[in-house]
Amino acid sequence: MMKMKKILALTLAAVCALGMFAGCGKQNPGDGQETDHNKQKTEITGTVATDGSTSMEKVIGSLKETFEAENKGITVTYNPTGSGTGITAVSEGRCDIGLSSRDLKDEEKAKGLTGTVIAYDGIAIIVNPENTVSDLTIEQIAKIYTGEIKNWKEVGGKDAEIVCIGREAGSGTRDGFESITGTKDKCTLKQELTSTGDVITTVAGNPGAIGYASLASVKDSVKALKVGGVTPSEETIKDGSYKVQRNFVLVTKTGGKLSDAAQKFFDYITSAEASVVIKKAGAVPVK
Amino acid sequence: MKKKRVFENIIHGIFLILGLVTVGFVLLITVYLIISGIPAIREIGLFPFLFGRTWASTAAEPSYGILPFILTSIYGTAGAIVIGVPIGFMTAVYLAKLAPKGVKSVMSAAVSLLAGIPSVVYGLVGMIVLVPAVRKLFHLPDGASLFAAIIVLAVMILPSIIKVSVTALEAVPKEYEDASLALGATPAETYFRVSVPAAKSGIAAAVVLGVGRAIGEAMAVMMVAGNVANMPSLFGSVRFLTTAVASEMSYSSGLQRQALFSIALVLFLFIMLINAALNFFLKRDKEGGK
Repeated sequence: MMKMKKILALTLAAVCALGMFAGCGKQNPGDGQETDHNKQKTEITGTVATDGSTSMEKVIGSLKETFEAENKGITVTYNPTGSGTGITAVSEGRCDIGLSSRDLKDEEKAKGLTGTVIAYDGIAIIVNPENTVSDLTIEQIAKIYTGEIKNWKEVGGKDAEIVCIGREAGSGTRDGFESITGTKDKCTLKQELTSTGDVITTVAGNPGAIGYASLASVKDSVKALKVGGVTPSEETIKDGSYKVQRNFVLVTKTGGKLSDAAQKFFDYITSAEASVVIKKAGAVPVK
Repeated sequence: MKKKRVFENIIHGIFLILGLVTVGFVLLITVYLIISGIPAIREIGLFPFLFGRTWASTAAEPSYGILPFILTSIYGTAGAIVIGVPIGFMTAVYLAKLAPKGVKSVMSAAVSLLAGIPSVVYGLVGMIVLVPAVRKLFHLPDGASLFAAIIVLAVMILPSIIKVSVTALEAVPKEYEDASLALGATPAETYFRVSVPAAKSGIAAAVVLGVGRAIGEAMAVMMVAGNVANMPSLFGSVRFLTTAVASEMSYSSGLQRQALFSIALVLFLFIMLINAALNFFLKRDKEGGK
């Protein structure tokens, strides 16, 4: 009886182990097809792993949906870790395509990475809806964030102290905001928050607050300011008249060959038909 | 007979392996933290790292001083203890000695529930209710501050303090209290001069446990403390050791990332110290009980 049980347990264990191997095997077809692709044109199957910017979640999510609907055999995964992590993941080969909401740094390009801009994202300057100020220049914004302007009355608002809300070091939105306004390393913030949602919630809850967030995620609970008289919108971002904007970048290895599935996804994102989807997701497509 | 022994041995082996898994994880994490935490400290220098007053990890000329984080963590934890321990301690005395049965069961259930609330919920409530309340109450431009974090932490450590203290107080032999009462002491005198001293090492363990919980908390604190790397002030925006790691990790690269691991290593050492203190108190409790 004991022996029977043992044999049973062993068999079970063996089956489990085999199952694990089989699980591993399933992911391979995408890579395996790379070699015999030239000989026969079969339908491409496999997994495309993307990793990176949390700001690109909406855009990539919508692109993934439409792409998967058209290409049944391909699964796209998205890992929202942040631009820096995404870039590292590509260079270490842990994902196919990295997503970055900032341009690649020179040191990253030197490491053998290429960036492809797929869309522009406007960064909205947001204040509490109670705030009477509705228009600031980039210089005023810079002065507010560096602490030169401390009170809303100096820019035509009520007599209240300005509370600057920012993002954490390394955030793509922060990098975008600071490089556009020329306030790199000079911001004196009251709060450093780690997500767009937190910034919006905080600004919505404090009448004296000012913050910045991706235009696509700005809700009615806060007021997006005009910058230099220009209202942030798709048109003003695309024609460049709204100045506070940044790029959404796909990161790949320079000269490295993508798997067929990944290449197909990459081609799709950069195609004209994807621009409708990108637009719907709140960003402004390049094409 | 022999078959049985073989079977027993196999089971023994399995238990041993499962036990080793836990030990393995602890070792793995410790070794990993040390290996990934040392390089940045070497590069920055131990002294500038621990006692530097500015943290500007992504600046053109980055500086990695974590003194603000260390002090904030210490002040924050101390503040939470100052507020949380008296409340928790009194509650524990009430629950263990005074409370009628019905009240006790309801109150104990509430305490257990408080322990089960996820920290992100504490953070959310803190962010939406407490932070604006602090802003209005103290007429500040912004409520996200060390003070708000202390309040949240104080509430968070209550359950562990209460539970461990109650257990310690209930373990005091009834004969001690009976003797005190028989000698003419009032119940209040008995609780504070007999029961509490008899349970003091258990209560100390409760406090240490609270310290451990407070110093290791990240999520709730991140949502109410403001997270700016200032030197700590009660109504200023501050960043804790935990939040320093959590807030920058996702986007970090290079030396910045290594420095974050070094911060984690410092935090780990703090927690080790606290654990050692906890073990010390618990051990003394055991010996004292005999």
